[in-house]
Amino acid sequence: MSDSASNDTLTSQESPSPAERATLVGGRRRMSTDRWFQRLCIATAAASVMVLVFLLASILVEGIPALTSTLVLGTPEPNPDEAGMWPAITGTLWVCSLCALISLPLGIGTAVLLEEFKPRSKFALRAYQLIQLNISNLAGVPSVVYGILGLTAFVSMFSLFDQVREPGAAAYEIGATYYDQFSNLASDPFLSMGSEEVAERYFFVPVNARTDAPTIPKPGMQALEYVDNVLVPVEVTVTDPFDAPAEPEALSYAIDINAVPGRISEKNWYYFRLPFGRGVLAGALTLMLVILPVVIISAQEALRAVPSSLRDGALGIGATPWQVVWNVTLPASIPGIMTGSILAMSRAIGETAPILIIAGIVYIRNSPHHLMDSYTVMPLQIYNWTSRPQEEFHQIAAGGIILLLAILMTFNAVAVLIRHRMHKQQV
Amino acid sequence: MSSVPLSDSENHALEQRVGQYLKKPRRNLSLIRIRESFFFFLLIGCGLFSLLVTVSIVFVLFSETLEFFSADEVTLSNFIGSARWNPLLGETKSFGIWGLISGTLLVTGIAMSLALPLGLITAIYLSEYAPRKVRDVLKPILEILAGIPTVVYGFFALMTITPFLQWLHDGFSVYNAMSAGIAVGILCFPTVCSLAEDALRAVPQALRDGAFGLGGTKFDATIKVIVPAALSGIVSAFLLAIARAIGETMIVALAAGSRPQATIDPREQIQTMTGFMVQMSGGDVSNFGTEYYSMYAVAFTLFLITLTLTMIGNLVRRKFRESYE
Repeated sequence: MSDSASNDTLTSQESPSPAERATLVGGRRRMSTDRWFQRLCIATAAASVMVLVFLLASILVEGIPALTSTLVLGTPEPNPDEAGMWPAITGTLWVCSLCALISLPLGIGTAVLLEEFKPRSKFALRAYQLIQLNISNLAGVPSVVYGILGLTAFVSMFSLFDQVREPGAAAYEIGATYYDQFSNLASDPFLSMGSEEVAERYFFVPVNARTDAPTIPKPGMQALEYVDNVLVPVEVTVTDPFDAPAEPEALSYAIDINAVPGRISEKNWYYFRLPFGRGVLAGALTLMLVILPVVIISAQEALRAVPSSLRDGALGIGATPWQVVWNVTLPASIPGIMTGSILAMSRAIGETAPILIIAGIVYIRNSPHHLMDSYTVMPLQIYNWTSRPQEEFHQIAAGGIILLLAILMTFNAVAVLIRHRMHKQQV
Repeated sequence: MSSVPLSDSENHALEQRVGQYLKKPRRNLSLIRIRESFFFFLLIGCGLFSLLVTVSIVFVLFSETLEFFSADEVTLSNFIGSARWNPLLGETKSFGIWGLISGTLLVTGIAMSLALPLGLITAIYLSEYAPRKVRDVLKPILEILAGIPTVVYGFFALMTITPFLQWLHDGFSVYNAMSAGIAVGILCFPTVCSLAEDALRAVPQALRDGAFGLGGTKFDATIKVIVPAALSGIVSAFLLAIARAIGETMIVALAAGSRPQATIDPREQIQTMTGFMVQMSGGDVSNFGTEYYSMYAVAFTLFLITLTLTMIGNLVRRKFRESYE
């Protein structure tokens, strides 16, 4: 009955006013606009999926054949068939774990300050607003600018120590021992050994400092030699090449009296110098600047998600503000903080521009051994290979990208898992 | 039970024991106070560190830029009035920043003409149209796209987009602005999309219901009600994406080339501000020449541009937010 009644009311309006008719006619057009817009939306969304598929496919097609054990465990050789990225992988490990050690406490600390120690005075409120504004602005600074800052602040340390302008020179250092390296007479290309085979040997004479004058070979000089990677004292004879001993055994321990040594250094794992130079520590500190705003913002969000009843309860039974933070708020927000930190670290792993600015394109064959050692990281190695003209290098670059993406996907998967578990617990 | 009187020494010992408990403060309050203020000041130190970072960025860039302008071959009028950026060639040196800014603007323009409309449409789709299942697939894909390192996009631009463009049209050189622009656009797409979607979803359901109640279609509701209501968030998302595109480094370093020139032809190779910085640090330029300090002047310009955009973006989001409480 009600249907017929409404029909009646509709039919009773047989002559709608012009304005009403206009909307009714427009209605059909609006419906079709809506449908077309929905199709456009679906097409756009499909295009974004296609782009991802296309991107991954083009990299996989090129990179899968290059994915060999040489690529993982090898060193970056000039020949692309033998080239690998082991130094870059260990470099990424060094730089990013050091970066995490520095940036996570600093970032979480800032977030705790901003979220848990609310300002009590007008001045403090202003200061908090300034810090908050500053962090959101820092998040928008391009990473290449952080690279420039790192170059000045960490690599050359504002040129404060620039008495020595030699490359790689340190104004202050500990943990390094310097040696003068002599080779034996056998390695002298101008001295004929006849038919006898004489082994090449290298002798080391310790010196006090990098800037000392070169050691002049003297008879009766104390020298050291590597035996199974350990330096042991050996007896050497210092002679004129023209009265060199004839028998090979004695010849192999003979040093030219006019020999000029090469200065080498042996650096301990705790080697430290100022300024930092283009070392692991400078890279980690620069990356720390890049990801600090990300860490702070995500930790703030995690802390904000902790219900305030928990804090109030702890304060109510007499806990001090720090006890509330340490025993209640931080444990409750750990999953959120971890998710944010993992995502920030995956950003640090993929970050190329600041590292490129402070480390430059250098040829690194060894994994870093101390905080000041030169290094390369995975994205930098990929950039290096991609920017070369030869096709073979592009293939190993694609292989490197697959490795890098695999690491990042693992990180993201862990973050998603933690987030998922957290949601389950809350429900 | 008769109590045995305690001997003097026993009495004394008991008094001492009771006294010990009475005198002993239950917790050492001063220690707690010290701990509290220690951690508080530690946290304040953390907070001040972020301010220190900004101060040192400004200090470093400003002082080294002054160093740059104090060189004889550099004049401020040349720097801001010329489009010829030619820092390396001895006789014809010219430091006209517009030569680099034009490259940056060209790449950013191409990128934004892709990322802004597509990002906004996808955001509208995700927030208004998409069924839950589609959302559950699309959101992780966008997150993956956002998490891919920029050097990978650079590789993609050089190895896939450029050959494709060359196949379409012969005029494209190996390094060209178009390819880099498209890759930067793909890079910025997830940023625009997720920020705009956040803004759209923050619009209360009552506004949608009102629009539907007045007989509007979803399209009407979106265009006439929801997008205007979320406009501050969308504009801020656009500004942040533009800032990101201007500061993007690895894609342009790989795909855009290294010849600074003021052109609007996207087939040509160009150089952006960030590309120049990479060229300077990767090359074998001495660390103390004018061309080295020119890197700081370029960085300072870049920093000012992106900082302005970010600040306006944050301001727009905060000041012009429509609140429906």
